[in-house]
Amino acid sequence: MSSFPRRHLLQIEGMERPEIDAVLDLAESYVLLNRTGKTPRDLLRGRTLINLFFEDSTRTRTSFELAGKRLGADVLNMSVSTSSVNKGETLLDTAATLNAMHCDLLVVRHDQSGAPHLLAQKVEASVVNAGDGTHEHPTQALLDALTIRRRRGRVEGLSVAICGDVMHSRVARSNIHLLLTMGARVRVVGPPTLLPAEIERLGVEVFHDMAAGLAGVDVVMMLRLQRERMARGLVPSAREFFRFYGLDQAKLAAAAPDALVMHPGPMNRGVEIASDVADDPIRSVIREQVEMGVAVRMAVLDRLTRAALANA
Amino acid sequence: MPESRVPGTLSPDTLIERVRLFDPATGLDAPGALLIRDGIIADLGGGLGRPDGAVVVDGAGAVLCPGLVDMRAQLGEPGFEYRETIASAAVAAAFGGITTLACLPDSRPALDDPALVRLLRARGEETGSLTILPYGALTRGCEGQDLAEIGLLREAGAVAFTDGGRAIASARLMRRALAYARGFGARIVQHPEDPSLAEGGTATEGEMATRLGLPGIPAAAEAILVARDIRLAELTGGSVHFAHVSTGEALALIRAAKDRATRNGGFAVSCDTAPPYFDLNETAIGAFRSFARLSPPLRAEADRLAVVAALADGTIDAIASDHQPRDADDKRLPYTQAAAGGTGLATLLAVTLAQVHGGQLTLARAIALLTSEPARLLGSEAGTLRHGAAADLCLFDPERAWRVESGTLPGKAQNTPFDGRALEGRVLGTWKAGRRVFGA
Repeated sequence: MSSFPRRHLLQIEGMERPEIDAVLDLAESYVLLNRTGKTPRDLLRGRTLINLFFEDSTRTRTSFELAGKRLGADVLNMSVSTSSVNKGETLLDTAATLNAMHCDLLVVRHDQSGAPHLLAQKVEASVVNAGDGTHEHPTQALLDALTIRRRRGRVEGLSVAICGDVMHSRVARSNIHLLLTMGARVRVVGPPTLLPAEIERLGVEVFHDMAAGLAGVDVVMMLRLQRERMARGLVPSAREFFRFYGLDQAKLAAAAPDALVMHPGPMNRGVEIASDVADDPIRSVIREQVEMGVAVRMAVLDRLTRAALANA
Repeated sequence: MPESRVPGTLSPDTLIERVRLFDPATGLDAPGALLIRDGIIADLGGGLGRPDGAVVVDGAGAVLCPGLVDMRAQLGEPGFEYRETIASAAVAAAFGGITTLACLPDSRPALDDPALVRLLRARGEETGSLTILPYGALTRGCEGQDLAEIGLLREAGAVAFTDGGRAIASARLMRRALAYARGFGARIVQHPEDPSLAEGGTATEGEMATRLGLPGIPAAAEAILVARDIRLAELTGGSVHFAHVSTGEALALIRAAKDRATRNGGFAVSCDTAPPYFDLNETAIGAFRSFARLSPPLRAEADRLAVVAALADGTIDAIASDHQPRDADDKRLPYTQAAAGGTGLATLLAVTLAQVHGGQLTLARAIALLTSEPARLLGSEAGTLRHGAAADLCLFDPERAWRVESGTLPGKAQNTPFDGRALEGRVLGTWKAGRRVFGA
């Protein structure tokens, strides 16, 4: 079995292919176990997993919660609205509190890039980044890769277009690193105001036109466009964005005939994706992404726990 | 101190001998000794005798140069004493060989009242080791709205006018400030960063910020404001100084403007930079190191190289510490939430000397950038070794190695961007008006 020697999962950047393959292989086995209801509930027995969410997220939090519970962990949810962070407690005060609670696995979502890295320096638990600011969302990229791999049998050699608000997307950054590491070709498509500076230096091709950007691709990944982007003058209006960058059947026609449509959720229907594309039973794998999410998170918790035991 | 005193003097003479006397202002670079009497430089050169009762310091071949003149530092006082006090800054300055320091006015309260300027000068004198030359606030409260009392502040001893770390955003206000200050022969110091482009940004826009998911500030935000303000200086006949310049594009504009000013006269442009901008680049941010969060943000390597070139070719007039004390609570935060700024007093000389050791700067140019040049810009008589001048001195061994370690630096603030950096060049002794304020 290849090694997964890391104590934390903070980012995809820097992860190598064998390590990613190993997580995906393990996740694959959890997909089957989940479907048959035979998950190893003793693996995390007696271990405490804390979901520490400084930002709202029902989807990712429940996915980690389910993953932890299916492996037998005691799962606690701490969210910002109820915690003392609002009372002026710093992130590092929180870390000290968590250490006192003897937490084993800490799943963190934070609106600041790098917050999980800071916590990881101060807590005894293994830290899993569940999304930090506009930096990374590693488990999302892993579940996306698993979804693609199951549908296409491989990731290598595929052409993937990541579309929309790449600038503010941690999902996009993690996916770019992971897909390139796995040997896919990656394009980013969006208006220049929503693409970060020098993104091409990450190894992607840049497009500002959906027809050109989607031409012949095997996978179309849509990103969520938050309403505040309009308020900040990055995009004039939602309807203009949808007209030029929203995924509808007409734009999707430029992609390969069997191209997959993905979205990390939650979707803004009629802004970045048309309902008939999102709900297309053949092309859309958006619901499958959710299922893969639980399996991938089980695999991550599994490997981090085994690594912690091996190093103990 | 030995008890022996020469009759008729306030304190014993001090003879610092076996040193390399070094003063870029006069071109002095020769082995010899320097005699301090009554706080002033009584004699210097080769073949000085030892006066009876003099305290003799053996320099053992180290360099003796004027005490450093730091033209840009923020002090914790008044208003942020939890970060640093004037007393603690003076300790760090003495360790760094700095004997004169120009402090920024964006304190709390801002230095927008003549009484506050006088207070800061007096507080410097109280330290006994550091002359503080306050900048006056350019606008009331450094809020960028109404001009402060430039004439009265000048009279009270303000050396130049600035809103510190805040850029003068309004072109109209900048125009008026340059024109009005001209009547008093006063220089306007700008933080050259277009505030609307910089808003919310914490790193230089580019690959590094993109990878880390940090909100970016385009490097051009500096050149854009520099271009505007050069043009306004030409329009008004004013004198503008750009602080901590950090991009090649802005330096090219300044270089060209200085040429025009030399040829045609009628306005003046000058600038400084700070050690982080010629010693570090944006990769120092690493995995979100908040000590590397500075304002302006660290730049790409090409810009760092442009700063080095501009130090050598004279485009940059001075190196300032750009000291900005922060406490642990300001910095132990996710990168973007952490306060910008790094300490710089203790490391100013040694980081500058790295450019000498690397062959990019001569020792004469490096020391000029730290002594006579900033003194000239500040209108100060410090920064040179002259007979009859106050004996503000810095004795340093350019080769002695040490490592910068946050937590062990002198003074209260420990937020150095150079944490872990190995340096060559260590101050052995600092004298203020003839009194030894640092070194055994």
